[in-house]
Amino acid sequence: MIELENLSVQLGGISILSNLSASLKGRAIGLLGPNGSGKSTLINTLLGFFPPSSGTARIFGKDIQTHTKELRTIIGYMPESDSFISEMSGVAFVRYMAEISGLPSNEALERAHEAFYYVGLGEVRYRKIGTYSLGMKQMAKLAQAIVHGPQLLFLDEPTNGLDPPARQRMIKLIGEIRDTPGMHLILSSHLLRDVEECCEEALILRDGKVAAYCNLDEERRSNRKFIEMETVGAKDDFSQAIEQLGCECAWFSNGRAKLVLPQDVEMRQLYSTAAQYSVQIRKMNYRRDSLEDIFLRAMDGKFPQAKVKAQSNGSL
Amino acid sequence: MAVYRRIYRPYSGRFTNENFRFLVLARYGLKTLFDSRPLLAFFVACNIPSLLFVLAIYVSHSTAAQALLNMKGAILNVDNFFFMRYLLFQATLSFLIASWVGPGLVSSDLSNDALPLYFARPFSRTEYVLGKFSVIAILLSSITWVPGLIIFGLQANLAGWEWFSKFYWVAGSIFIGSWLWIALIALLSLALSAWVKWKIASTTLMLGVFFALAAFGEAVNEVLRTSWGKLFNLGYLISVVWLDLFRVEQFSERINVRGSFVQLPAWAAWIALLGLTAFCLLMLNRKLKAREVVR
Repeated sequence: MIELENLSVQLGGISILSNLSASLKGRAIGLLGPNGSGKSTLINTLLGFFPPSSGTARIFGKDIQTHTKELRTIIGYMPESDSFISEMSGVAFVRYMAEISGLPSNEALERAHEAFYYVGLGEVRYRKIGTYSLGMKQMAKLAQAIVHGPQLLFLDEPTNGLDPPARQRMIKLIGEIRDTPGMHLILSSHLLRDVEECCEEALILRDGKVAAYCNLDEERRSNRKFIEMETVGAKDDFSQAIEQLGCECAWFSNGRAKLVLPQDVEMRQLYSTAAQYSVQIRKMNYRRDSLEDIFLRAMDGKFPQAKVKAQSNGSL
Repeated sequence: MAVYRRIYRPYSGRFTNENFRFLVLARYGLKTLFDSRPLLAFFVACNIPSLLFVLAIYVSHSTAAQALLNMKGAILNVDNFFFMRYLLFQATLSFLIASWVGPGLVSSDLSNDALPLYFARPFSRTEYVLGKFSVIAILLSSITWVPGLIIFGLQANLAGWEWFSKFYWVAGSIFIGSWLWIALIALLSLALSAWVKWKIASTTLMLGVFFALAAFGEAVNEVLRTSWGKLFNLGYLISVVWLDLFRVEQFSERINVRGSFVQLPAWAAWIALLGLTAFCLLMLNRKLKAREVVR
């Protein structure tokens, strides 16, 4: 769906994205990363708002620099910040956006009503958008993003500021849109749970570079020997010894650690290593890998680089 | 499809011609403006002078009407100066309309951060400016060159071939002169609207550009003992250009002004006005971006 080819973006002389290369093939891709990692810049670049300083990207095989207008016809965009015309009624605003996308006036009106009912704002569609609550505004932004029936939807922090029921509604809608035949979406979010619930794949950015790109289901399946443990007396030497066994290891406060055991390492080797370094293992649980773990490993730079490269090149 | 079918469905219908899509902005912009009754009333009032000019031309050619009104002889000298005066009068009204309408056109999109929504669609910045420009251009056209040409046509029809063959070029002067004025004040108001998001401040600045700059120009003239300070006076510059376009000579005598009407060369006025228009475009180009990069 999206191919990034050594994509670099500089803004104000500062490198924001550097040499991003990846082939994103999933139907729903989560874009993750800490603040300033370049998620929004990547979306803005794909939309043609920022020019690449080097490299390029292709969406559905079309170059973003040479086919900008063509691509925008099939893209829907829900921005992170409040973007609307507050003096217009909800349905007039969405109709206006549909007409700018190229829909004839009558079709635009019909689809604006549909979109408003679809996102659950049917009853308030004649109210001015400026009077909407935050949750309603988020839904109105989603309505304008889908009103022209795009094939690719960019959702930038869609659940920002939503209360739990509203978040659930938003996630449900995104799930329904994702399951529509021929539909693709890119979801940028700080909330790992959103990505976990909506996306098949995750692209994790760190400092403007690809830290990890993975198929979430495959990651979970491949890390069956995933262990959470609580220790007392663990020091750096114990941590190094565990890593020398071949374990991927992430340490948290209070002696908590998450380990991924290679296939050839047995549990008892952990106990014997702990005994060797006088470390008490108070608790040990098997756990399926979560996106949080993948994310944390990627942030620690411990996501296998070979895997990043292989998956970035599309050989999932 | 009925609205109760709450499913997401892709759009597979036809699309409008993208060359004319900017008119969507003009249509919505005009609709929003005419929702304001005071503006609608003022716009209607702006067309009253045109009706009076039409009436005057009709009466000057109708002996029956003259007899009815107890008038004798030629009551109106309709020539190039007549049409220039008409345009000067309408230009004043159109400036007021542009000051009223223009500042809110772009600032409302900017203050609500709506530009990314426009530019995430198959819609360019040029089309955006063209669409917003069209709102003002349509309004101002309908009180300047459109009625101007109708009045010219009426006069040509009533006065006959001899008058037309002598003054046919006035039609071009009305058209070009009006469009220069429209382009100038429309782009100026849009540029100010883009840079000053607060509508009242933007309107004040618009008036300031015309009146404060003119005062500044006069101060320059006094201090430096020159007349080039008039280049800061936009009203003066457009008058000089119109004098040139309408081929009006001995202007000060014809309008009975005291003292001489110091006239800068027409080319200087043209360059200054076109330069300002280009500057406004540059300002719009710098400001109208989907995402602003903060350095």
